[in-house]
Amino acid sequence: MIEFELPEKIAGICTVLKSVADNMMRPVSRYFDEHEHEIPWDYITFMQTATRAMGGSSMAPSEKREGPRLGFQRLAFMVEMLSWGDAGIYLDTPGGMLGSAAVSATGTPEQKERFLARFKGETPTFDAMCMTEAGAGSDTSAIRATAVLDKEKNEWVLNGEKIFVTAGHKAMVDSKGFVVVWATIDPKAGRAGMRPFVVEAGTPGCQVTKLEHKMGIRASDTASIVMQDCRVPFDNILGSPEVVTAKATTGFKGAMATFDATRPIVAAQAIGLARATLELLKEMLAERGVTIRYGLPRQKLTSIEKEVIDMEVMLRSAWLLVIEAVWMMDNGKPNSLESSMCKVRAGDVVNKITQKAVEIMGPLGYSREYLLEKWFRDAKISDIYEGTGQINRLVVARQILGYRSSELR
Amino acid sequence: MYSFEPSEEQKMLMDAVNRYATSDLRPAAHDAEENKELPPKLISKGWELGVLQASIPEAYGGFGERSAVTGVLAAEAMAYGDLAGALAIGTPGLFALPVLLAGSEEQKKQYLPPVIEADWRAYTAALLEPSFDFDPNDLKTAATVNGDDYVLKGEKTFVPFAANAEAMIVYAKLDGKTAGFIVPKGAAGLKVGEEREKYLGLNALPFYKVTLEAVKVPKANLLPGDFAAVLAASRVAMAAMAIGVAKAAFDYSRDYAKERDVFGVKVAQKQAIAFMLAEMRTEIEAIRLLTWEAAWMIDANKEDVSKQAYLAATGAIDMAMMVTDRAVQILGGHGYIREHPVELFMRNGRGFATFTGLAMV
Repeated sequence: MIEFELPEKIAGICTVLKSVADNMMRPVSRYFDEHEHEIPWDYITFMQTATRAMGGSSMAPSEKREGPRLGFQRLAFMVEMLSWGDAGIYLDTPGGMLGSAAVSATGTPEQKERFLARFKGETPTFDAMCMTEAGAGSDTSAIRATAVLDKEKNEWVLNGEKIFVTAGHKAMVDSKGFVVVWATIDPKAGRAGMRPFVVEAGTPGCQVTKLEHKMGIRASDTASIVMQDCRVPFDNILGSPEVVTAKATTGFKGAMATFDATRPIVAAQAIGLARATLELLKEMLAERGVTIRYGLPRQKLTSIEKEVIDMEVMLRSAWLLVIEAVWMMDNGKPNSLESSMCKVRAGDVVNKITQKAVEIMGPLGYSREYLLEKWFRDAKISDIYEGTGQINRLVVARQILGYRSSELR
Repeated sequence: MYSFEPSEEQKMLMDAVNRYATSDLRPAAHDAEENKELPPKLISKGWELGVLQASIPEAYGGFGERSAVTGVLAAEAMAYGDLAGALAIGTPGLFALPVLLAGSEEQKKQYLPPVIEADWRAYTAALLEPSFDFDPNDLKTAATVNGDDYVLKGEKTFVPFAANAEAMIVYAKLDGKTAGFIVPKGAAGLKVGEEREKYLGLNALPFYKVTLEAVKVPKANLLPGDFAAVLAASRVAMAAMAIGVAKAAFDYSRDYAKERDVFGVKVAQKQAIAFMLAEMRTEIEAIRLLTWEAAWMIDANKEDVSKQAYLAATGAIDMAMMVTDRAVQILGGHGYIREHPVELFMRNGRGFATFTGLAMV
């Protein structure tokens, strides 16, 4: 049965989060945009209490298998609503995020228990994913960070520098969280050598060395993390022990499986921001006497009406792509194609909508008195992180053409 | 709940339509366009699939229940084969579905069984008018009251099979709103153009101008229901067919790009082409979901359905043009040659901006 009814449970959560967005995010949006690297603790503390009250340790889907599975759908709707509030502050939400997604996608049951339990406490705790390096962005197989097994001590020794780690500071300095570091156990093996390692806060040899100054999402920290002979227990390599010796590309596949789960969530963030922008644009226009006449032939529409109607088409259809992708996750259907398609579309749509909104509102759009200019800056990251629009087009293209990466580079 | 999986019944229907569309409609499409005629046997075979019949309850001669979701699934699959064929097979629906959606009980009992129980026969509808800013909610054709009759005056265009139609629904403005009127064959003052209209595409279909020179119909021939429901059903139907055409163009150009050699690799191995295909596929899926949602809203009696159907149709117009244009581009010079179907897809693709009211679900 084809259906588009928002489940009541999710609708209820969205109502609560709408009020969080209205009362705890929007009023401080501008402040945290202008005070980069300050941390919105009021929001963080509130969300920690709220998620505990709802019985969760994080926003991430639980392992429970009761009734129809809605975990990823629920997460997408939550992220959409919080990003509607503020796309930067949303990234400061405590609990499991991208790091936990990697643990969930590639870890053993014991590892999940061991690493994810920390989010259940009263203290806000964060995690992060360390993939990008100075010389390896979209080409994740080019990473140079190394992991060498010290057989005597049964420990991994990590070396390398990771950049652009979203929430890295909060995970490693502001809380007792962890980062998932992607490193190679065999630099000559390319993708086959890639493995994910959990590095917990306070591990000697692991340091946050830099905080970036960004175009947007300034409420969220973006850190550089350096590992110098950083030792972690053998069991911190995610996955079954065979991954250590397997020649297959299990590690890289793990990274890609993680992306299947995380790309729709990043797309949901873009959609929330796009919806906020479109709603504010329509409000600002209405206050100035411009309402949108739906149903007219295009030949009778004003150019502003045409733009707004096109934005609605883009926004709704992109959001449905996201919902389809997470629905597939929840139902155990392979969704690499849909996951990348929704990321491509959402990244495009949020940029088109925020860029047009600033254009349409003229000096008001460009002014820092309103949030449109901030959202224009916040939007751009959605087409970059968790796979640029181009990388995701490549993923989509390979899927629809049935090509391996060697056939379509 | 959300679900993106058609029911078993819907899948069976889609399979049947898909088989017919790919093994009957598509192979006939080129010659039909060139010869400006669809073989009647081809239309009968498509009619016998029973897509429309399954939308009409037993009480009125059908064997099912109308579902806009099922309708858009079938419409996409049908148009995937050939748009002209899909529209021809669906033409009786332009008469029957508005009667079902906006007709009175008496009208349904009187008019539906003859359409539904028989072989394919020309029943049609006249909505479009020959003006650049045609607006289905602001028609120039007017209906006025004259004693026990309505009098219809105006000019219609793009009326399929008008020349031999048993009856047609003529839409006209009554008290400031659009209303449908059942007009029987041979009504006095009903003038069907002597020659077929000639268009950018859809040459396989006979379209006619229809002039209403003070056509009198009894008051009982007015469809009393809301035109909004008819318009929404038409918009999602056209959107679904746009998706079908776009999907056809996408599949054809993708397969071509995987075959054709260039600089020692296949065309599809070039990112310039591969990325075009990726965007085409993404856009098709996005508009498909928007259309499904609009159709689901129709079936679930949701508010705002008119707006959603309008958005789906609006999105489909741009999507169909973008995708079919790129399909021609991907084939390069070969795409411009009529031996390949992509130039026809592109001409059809441009039409969705115009085709208001040519399909119903």
